[in-house]
Amino acid sequence: MSMDVVFRALADRCRRQLLDRLHQTNGQTLGQLCEGLAMSRQAVTKHLAVLEAANLVATKRQGREKLHFINPVPINDIAERWIGKFERDRLRALADLKDALEGNRDE
Amino acid sequence: MRWKEIAMSDTRFFYVTYIRTTPERLWQALTSAEFTGQYWFGYRLESDWQPGAPWRMVFPDGRVADAGEVLEAVPPRRLVLSWRNEAWPELHADGFTRCTFELEPDGEMVKLSITHAAERPHALISRVASGWPQVLASLKSLLETGRALSRPKG
Repeated sequence: MSMDVVFRALADRCRRQLLDRLHQTNGQTLGQLCEGLAMSRQAVTKHLAVLEAANLVATKRQGREKLHFINPVPINDIAERWIGKFERDRLRALADLKDALEGNRDE
Repeated sequence: MRWKEIAMSDTRFFYVTYIRTTPERLWQALTSAEFTGQYWFGYRLESDWQPGAPWRMVFPDGRVADAGEVLEAVPPRRLVLSWRNEAWPELHADGFTRCTFELEPDGEMVKLSITHAAERPHALISRVASGWPQVLASLKSLLETGRALSRPKG
């Protein structure tokens, strides 16, 4: 799995939005993911394919349904590459402080 | 990724990683006490891995962290465990979860899928959600480079 593929997949705002939705509620069908989105079903399907190719989304069949799960393994690999084991907690504290001061996350 | 934001309604996680190895070596890595001790940040998994047999995860000092039963074992393809925390009363009280490992050859790699699920919202699920990716990264590193990742406790 090339890291380029992961970064390219994450570089799109719509795809990050889809990951946010799975992060909020994991294991959704295509139909559930499309609900309330400004994107067409076709666009969502295309974005999901890119996310799946980057292994950021993993899919699983359950009966006749295909469920989508956020897969944080490639994001963890990015963190492992650049964030030393001792820095992780301090960075989390900084991120919490930033959240507290600025309200919510950026896009 | 901020795992503290995970909704408590989450009842399952499904993780996938690709490791450059063979299904046989990966199976051994998942089931050998010596091997697990190397990449699971000091914990060891112990069992004879026969269906119906007990398994347990042991802290470096010998206390039992998690335990359960081997529900299915089809080497080197599929392993299903019932899984309960034994170390913290509030996690223990939530009862058993179910963890499924699936190994599929994919070219020169093996696709390893892990599903960890509970019947209802379960405190252990959000805890394993943050733990699994680190364990998988360490396992991948050990199999591909011969070195596991190290991490301080906590």
